[in-house]
Amino acid sequence: MTLEVSLRHAFGDFTLDVAFTAPPGITALFGRSGSGKTSVVNAVAGLLRPDHGRITLDGQTLADTAQRIFLPPHRRRIGYVFQEGRLFPHLTVRQNLGYGAWFAPRAARREDMGRVVEMLGIGHLLDRRPGALSGGEKSRVTLGRALLSAPQIILADEPLAALDEARKAEILPYFERLRDEVAIPVLYVSHAAAEVARLATTMVVLDNGKMVAQGPTAAVMADPAALRSVGIREAAAVLPAVVAGAEDDGLTRLETATGPLFLPGIDAPPGTRLRVRILAHEVILSRARPAGLSAQNILPGIVTAVRPGDGPAVMVHLAIGGDEIVASITRRAAADLNLAPGDTAHAIVKSMSVARDHIAPAAMR
Amino acid sequence: MAVADWLSPAEWQAVALSIRASFWATLVSLPFGVFVAYALARWSFAGKQLLNGLVHLPLILPPVVTGYLLLITFGRRGSVGQFLDQWFGIVFAFRWTGAALAAGIMAFPLMVRAIRLAIEAVDPRLEQAAGTLGAPRLWVFLTVTLPLCLPGIVAGSILAFAKAMGEFGATITFVSNIPGQTQTLPSAIYTFLQVPGGQEDAARLVAVAIGIAMGALLLSEWVGRAVARRIGGT
Repeated sequence: MTLEVSLRHAFGDFTLDVAFTAPPGITALFGRSGSGKTSVVNAVAGLLRPDHGRITLDGQTLADTAQRIFLPPHRRRIGYVFQEGRLFPHLTVRQNLGYGAWFAPRAARREDMGRVVEMLGIGHLLDRRPGALSGGEKSRVTLGRALLSAPQIILADEPLAALDEARKAEILPYFERLRDEVAIPVLYVSHAAAEVARLATTMVVLDNGKMVAQGPTAAVMADPAALRSVGIREAAAVLPAVVAGAEDDGLTRLETATGPLFLPGIDAPPGTRLRVRILAHEVILSRARPAGLSAQNILPGIVTAVRPGDGPAVMVHLAIGGDEIVASITRRAAADLNLAPGDTAHAIVKSMSVARDHIAPAAMR
Repeated sequence: MAVADWLSPAEWQAVALSIRASFWATLVSLPFGVFVAYALARWSFAGKQLLNGLVHLPLILPPVVTGYLLLITFGRRGSVGQFLDQWFGIVFAFRWTGAALAAGIMAFPLMVRAIRLAIEAVDPRLEQAAGTLGAPRLWVFLTVTLPLCLPGIVAGSILAFAKAMGEFGATITFVSNIPGQTQTLPSAIYTFLQVPGGQEDAARLVAVAIGIAMGALLLSEWVGRAVARRIGGT
């Protein structure tokens, strides 16, 4: 199931102009607040009628201004996870969860209440009313309510923005399970790079209503030009890895395509597939394999591109097996090393520089 | 002296007629009141201000003018009155139903105001959320808007009932003051005050009127609290 969006809409001086495709998996709409992310989601939901444009979901036209088609929200079969939850205060959690199922076609009800309740861990809340729930509990119920309406697509508008770090850590795994266990596209609005790196399979970057970049998350995250326009200086690589096992000294050994990574603070069992987000400015490059170095992680690769970065910096892209790592180094260093596409080089990553929230379970597929 | 003997049969008749007319006036105007309140609160349409003015007219017109207008429209010779009589056998002129109609019209603005405020206080984003979950508009109204503005509907109904109980000017103009037929509690009090030495009889009816009004007020408080507890509670 694939969502295709192409729309243009003017709000006074602000013009929204985007065109992108969201394949199954999580597609992140990424950008600063006020960049038009929520308007895009509202147009997909039918809460905003665009001036011009066309929105199709798996061949079904949701809106097409040229053909004067505009399906109202209740006929679009979407599951909208609102930032503020918007749970019905007069209904119990159970009634909130069941609300959408009244209107869903019987054949489309893939999710059953028991499975969703178990997945989200909200079994003990069913008889409460939303007024008696904590922020994190509300978020989970909101997600469950959207899932149980038998949607063809999930729209999530900054579902974690109102939560503190502890609550975010509580909810993120549910979105990962959603991505990995439920085979429908998710359009996920966020302005948090770490969250997007962890969840998204595809990224669409918006700035002031315009689309700056779109593509697979790893590629967009490694593109400093795309990230700079949204005010993010830390370009980063998103590297898949598999947990090999815990070492005696507290580090965990991860296997990547070209060699081991030793990182701290991972308590996942061996065999777990992870995504490690490695910030470009934390990576050192070396032509020869270095010896006598404190850094534990040395990954050999082949230079694929050297691009201008901020001021005196350049961004070096290194192919590591089938994956990519990026290093932000000075122009002077790049000249000294005489780096050019096709050269071999080693990426050196300090174990302690990879923060815990930069490591996340990867999609199973 | 038993409670029933406290008022004469004629006086009981006036009290019962008032309660009956006010009850039906409130019940029948409630769906219209909710519809008009919803339209004024949520829709934008041409003539919205005109509708708003029309609804509020009975509040600002002299009641005797409203009574006169009812008489020439719904009276036996009135266009609408003749039509209803011929096709449905409904007669308003000089019947208790006329008293109910007059009371309902006079109470309508109060009812609409209370319900409109309650509907405006319902977060439209909750209605949007219901829409995204697949609920058609009417269902959104029935399952989200209506339950959430229930305290306002209860308050509006009781306010309208109390206003209907006290309606005098339009009622007496439209259906006169016939004991047993169209004599309501206020017109009975008025009749007593027209004869010398009638103050004492009037006082008893006044006590009844105060009792009913206080009872209605307490009931609305209690129902409002119960509904609020249901909505906001655990």
